Amino acid sequence: MAEIRLENIQKYFGAVHVIREVNLTIKDREFCVLLGPSGCGKTTTLRAIAGLEEIDEGRILIDGKPVQDLHASDRDIAFVFQLYALYPHLTVFENLAFPLRATRMPDAGVRKSVTSVAEAIGITHLLKLRPSALSGGDMQRVAIGRALVRRPKALLMDEPIGALDAKLREQMRVELKRLHLENGSTSIYVTHDQVEAMSLADTVVVMHDGVLQQVGSPSEVYLRPANLFVAQFIGSPVMNIADAQFRQEAGRSSVVLHGEAFEIPSQALTMIASKPAKDIALGIRPEGVVLSHAESPGAHQVGVHLIQPYGPFDIVDLTVGTSTLRARTASGFVSGKGQRVWASLDASQAHFFDKATGASLGFRLE
Amino acid sequence: MAEMMNRLDPMSRAASRGMSDLAIRNLFVIPTIAFLIIFNIFPLIYSLGYSFTDFRASSSAPANFIGLQNYRDLLADPFIWSNFTITAKYVIVSVTGQVLVGFGLALLLNRSFPLKGLVTTLLLLPMMLSMAVVGLFWKLLYDPNFGMINYALGLGNFEWLSDPGIALYAVALTDIWMWSPFVMLLSLAGLSAVPKHLYEAASIDRAGRFYVFFRITLPLVAPILLIAIIFRTMEAFKTFDLAFVMTSQPTTELISIRLYKMAFQEWQTGKSCALAYIVLIMVLTITNIYVKYLNKAKER
Repeated sequence: MAEIRLENIQKYFGAVHVIREVNLTIKDREFCVLLGPSGCGKTTTLRAIAGLEEIDEGRILIDGKPVQDLHASDRDIAFVFQLYALYPHLTVFENLAFPLRATRMPDAGVRKSVTSVAEAIGITHLLKLRPSALSGGDMQRVAIGRALVRRPKALLMDEPIGALDAKLREQMRVELKRLHLENGSTSIYVTHDQVEAMSLADTVVVMHDGVLQQVGSPSEVYLRPANLFVAQFIGSPVMNIADAQFRQEAGRSSVVLHGEAFEIPSQALTMIASKPAKDIALGIRPEGVVLSHAESPGAHQVGVHLIQPYGPFDIVDLTVGTSTLRARTASGFVSGKGQRVWASLDASQAHFFDKATGASLGFRLE
Repeated sequence: MAEMMNRLDPMSRAASRGMSDLAIRNLFVIPTIAFLIIFNIFPLIYSLGYSFTDFRASSSAPANFIGLQNYRDLLADPFIWSNFTITAKYVIVSVTGQVLVGFGLALLLNRSFPLKGLVTTLLLLPMMLSMAVVGLFWKLLYDPNFGMINYALGLGNFEWLSDPGIALYAVALTDIWMWSPFVMLLSLAGLSAVPKHLYEAASIDRAGRFYVFFRITLPLVAPILLIAIIFRTMEAFKTFDLAFVMTSQPTTELISIRLYKMAFQEWQTGKSCALAYIVLIMVLTITNIYVKYLNKAKER
């Protein structure tokens, strides 16, 4: 069990600056997910913590002890590779036993530890097989078992279920969560899949271009994205973002998106006026765009452009001025393309960003 | 319609591809098979027939069928057995040496360093020389009076090739020098085929250098290393030119030298055919044992 701290980590691949001044503390027993698009530096960060990649500057501390100059084998960290990296010539049992035998554990102890881990992850029936005889899901179970068998200080996982099909991924996600609750080892998990991140993490770390964008609980990054990147990366379907102008006339305040005005509380205008930002972008998730068939105060009549049925709900693209706005409705709420409905914005779900910096203005309306 | 005609006409299809299967067969496959039959298969069968006769190629007397007499004589001849013992010693020393040196070199070369390509090519040079040439200049290198080896090692007038106890090992050493690159080449291919992430996994699993070598590197390279060993054992078993050129001690009379003497100096054609068959069966047996191990290693 361990606390892991990264201090001012810098890493270059030739001229490419892949990790830029990363500072991060992962608390003991925490499940931390590094989330970001491909090439954002998340895997490199993970490999640097494990000691598979050297860093150019900064310190990595495990339980307060600097380890950046130690060899991977001296950091007492387990790592689960995306493509399993099982030893192809050894049976499942020997694969699980490898980390124990490598440190000369006596045979009886090896047997005991392997059996108990195999039971915990449900692969007892596979112990005599070789990896080539296993399915993808079972191979990943073995890889996770090999990581857990020696009770490491921390467990690092590099997109461990990325190569599995959707259904198996969901099942493995639940298993991983259960294993973490049972073992309680500090875990760092890399993924580009925000659903995985949200469902597994205690803390989500969003990375982009080698820079930490936001560190927070899943609900924090979802409800209070720190900038435009996080706002658009987290959440599916993607948040609507539009340039916004604010107007106040006849005691009613409104926001103009794509040339169409929607009513919002005047409180928003006062808040925005108090910020230094010049140009504002308004972000609103599809569930914040409210549709109705009857005219309601502050609503705006718009045309339906496209409907994507998801099962429990529909995602509807609306034509607003020159662009589209995406709304989430009860399934079957709109019947087809070209239908006219009344749209209004749920102001409590609006996010405001400074267009120049991309940073959130840091407030939400209640 | 024209397109369909095109498709049905084999000549135009062949023309568009360059050469038809038929042309390839006539030009390349048939001559190869013909040569193989004339120079390999036919003599093989013909000599099997001779091995049951008392035929002498030097005399005009007709060949008499004598059954298994040749085989019986050979297997009861203690001199032939001593030739086999010498050959076995030679094979073991030279193949072991080649595997140790070749695999060791491969381990050293299996990383990136400046001029790696050039170094590898230079190391492969001995293998590309002719056996007789190698034999001749190693004879000069070993020369007790002006040889470079004694000079470099400060051994004075050490007799490499005329000392009956040393000569065989001196020849084996030359063979090791010449053929270690072959083992190195195959081992390098095997080593670079071991996925890098396995080494990463092993270092995460806290395995030390030796543990990684014996538990990961060696088992994964074993199949290709076995192939190298098969080739080298077969070649070493039938070594002739190197030993023949370098020395003529009774202690370096390998089985193929005995065979040569029997066939072309003593002109015992029928008996030497029988000996050739005994050698063939031995090589096949040894190879079969290796192939069995190879299949076992490849199962994993």
